[in-house]
Amino acid sequence: MRLVACVNHVPDTETKVKIGADGKSIDRAGVNFVINPYDEFAVEECLRLKEKSGGEVIAVSLGGDPHKETLRKALAMGADKAVLLKDDSPRDSFSVARALADYLKELSPDIIFFGKQSIDSDDAAVGGMVAEMLGLPSASVVVGLELAGEKNAVAEREVEGGHEKVAVSLPAVFTAQKGLNEPRYPSLKGIMGAKGKPIEEKQPTPPQNKTEVRSMQKPHAKGAGKIVGTGAGAVSELVRMLHEEAKVI
Amino acid sequence: MPKFQGVDYYNSDDLLSEDEILVRNTIREFVDENVIPIIEKHYREGTFPMDLIPKMAELGLFGSTLPEKYGCAGMNNVAYGLVMQELERGDSGLRSFASVQSGLVMYPIFAFGSEEQKDNWLPQLASGKAVGCFGLTEPDFGSNPGGMITRAEKVKDGYVLNGAKMWITNGTIADIAVVWAKLNGEIKGFLVEKGTKGYTAPEMTGKHSLRSSVTSELVFQDCRIPEQNILQKSGGLKSPLMCLTQARYGIAWGTIGSAMACYDTALRYAKSRIQFDKPIAAFQMTQEKLVYMLTEITKAQLLCVRLGRLKDQNKAKFTQISLAKRNNVHHALEIARMAREILGANGILDEYPVMRHSANLESVKTYEGTHEMHTLIIGEDITGIPAFV
Repeated sequence: MRLVACVNHVPDTETKVKIGADGKSIDRAGVNFVINPYDEFAVEECLRLKEKSGGEVIAVSLGGDPHKETLRKALAMGADKAVLLKDDSPRDSFSVARALADYLKELSPDIIFFGKQSIDSDDAAVGGMVAEMLGLPSASVVVGLELAGEKNAVAEREVEGGHEKVAVSLPAVFTAQKGLNEPRYPSLKGIMGAKGKPIEEKQPTPPQNKTEVRSMQKPHAKGAGKIVGTGAGAVSELVRMLHEEAKVI
Repeated sequence: MPKFQGVDYYNSDDLLSEDEILVRNTIREFVDENVIPIIEKHYREGTFPMDLIPKMAELGLFGSTLPEKYGCAGMNNVAYGLVMQELERGDSGLRSFASVQSGLVMYPIFAFGSEEQKDNWLPQLASGKAVGCFGLTEPDFGSNPGGMITRAEKVKDGYVLNGAKMWITNGTIADIAVVWAKLNGEIKGFLVEKGTKGYTAPEMTGKHSLRSSVTSELVFQDCRIPEQNILQKSGGLKSPLMCLTQARYGIAWGTIGSAMACYDTALRYAKSRIQFDKPIAAFQMTQEKLVYMLTEITKAQLLCVRLGRLKDQNKAKFTQISLAKRNNVHHALEIARMAREILGANGILDEYPVMRHSANLESVKTYEGTHEMHTLIIGEDITGIPAFV
């Protein structure tokens, strides 16, 4: 079974984002980049499927050289191979999906796993788009996955207010939600072993962006808090303000 | 609390390889998720977090520089040092556990043991199925281990040990003890298994330092061990000192971890604590302390990376390791004390890690060669005159 985990290299969740000089991108200086947290669930799930049913796990990333760090982590966790679709140019989700789909088509995996979204631009679009481009079934926001023989799988996904189980035929695309699994730490042996595993570099299809970022803005700074009063006497005024001004109750 | 982001004022990460950084970040994450949330409770109760042993083993923390054929990672010394740094950022007791298991138990078995001893013990110790301890120090022989009283006597089919060891990390929980004793006047290493008749390892109590680490006495009363339990290739004081060199190297790195934890805590606190209508970070005396901390952490980092590279080339002298242990522990302790001052009264609470690190470092300054002994070791090296005999 060929299992592919698509991984993105994104700013750490602790990053205090600054907008770059062009006003359209973030300032990358001093920013710590990590594997996209949802993609870690994707890698882990592929590794578990391999441990259960055999096969190989390939980690794929699209981006510049720094993405190798994230691929290296996937290898250290246990992926067998890594592929970098090397390209620094700005891409929207469509363009990323196009390049991945073009590459994945020739690879013909049985299972393609994404994180449900990348925490950088938060489009939550690439997994679904790739499935569509490849004409494959897909299940998004997956919190559980069971293989049913070689050619079928049942995915459990989060829906509003509950869970649903969907049956898909393989090959298929899945996007991972938190709760799917508990990603392993790469072991020190795994990290040393990853040094010997190659990261293959490929030229992706050129960008075909459908959208363009015009500007980026930080959210408005929070205003100062308001102290309504102290003691029980202030409650009715607080309730009134929450109801009439903030309109939250 | 916000996630620890590291301290790297001199871009010293550029001196590390991609895999060394991955090792560091992996252990950093492990410590943030598995150690920081539970360590204060263990410290308060004076218990070692036993459930971390299998987790650390799974990561491959034990004997990580030893070869893969024994179940180890075969890492270089810089990566090993970074592991020690991150563990000690959690707690010196935890780093002590890993240091002892790796540098003082697995290393001597690897260096002085027979193939059977290596094949038997190294995989068990690497996988955490067995815990080890190292018995050198005695109640009356600390800085002068050559004067040890513990004796081994050759008898038919084995040896009989008599004597007592003290201040032994992991002693009570150890499945295997590497014990140093005089056989016909020469210091030799022996492996003593838990449960051997005549061997007990009572835990020492009443510590105000290293409270989340087990410290024990080892008592040998006509303790008979089989012939094959001698570390045949050991001989003389040099053998245990070779082990200590490994452990001291780990301490030099480890204490950067405690220092970074204290600096990070003090810096955050100073920026948020308001007195006289401004953050205390705005006061010159606070800034002076923070700058001292950052400067010493930066120097210690550079010292350790260089030392690690030398060690990887088999060029590190034990005197250079003494210099790094002496310097880094001294400044880590100063940094912990300063952090406590910046935190004021809050500094004594276990809501913050600084008092724990400070108390731990008091031990670290003394064990594995006291600060004073390291001074004399380097003093002898540069003058040619030993000042301690």
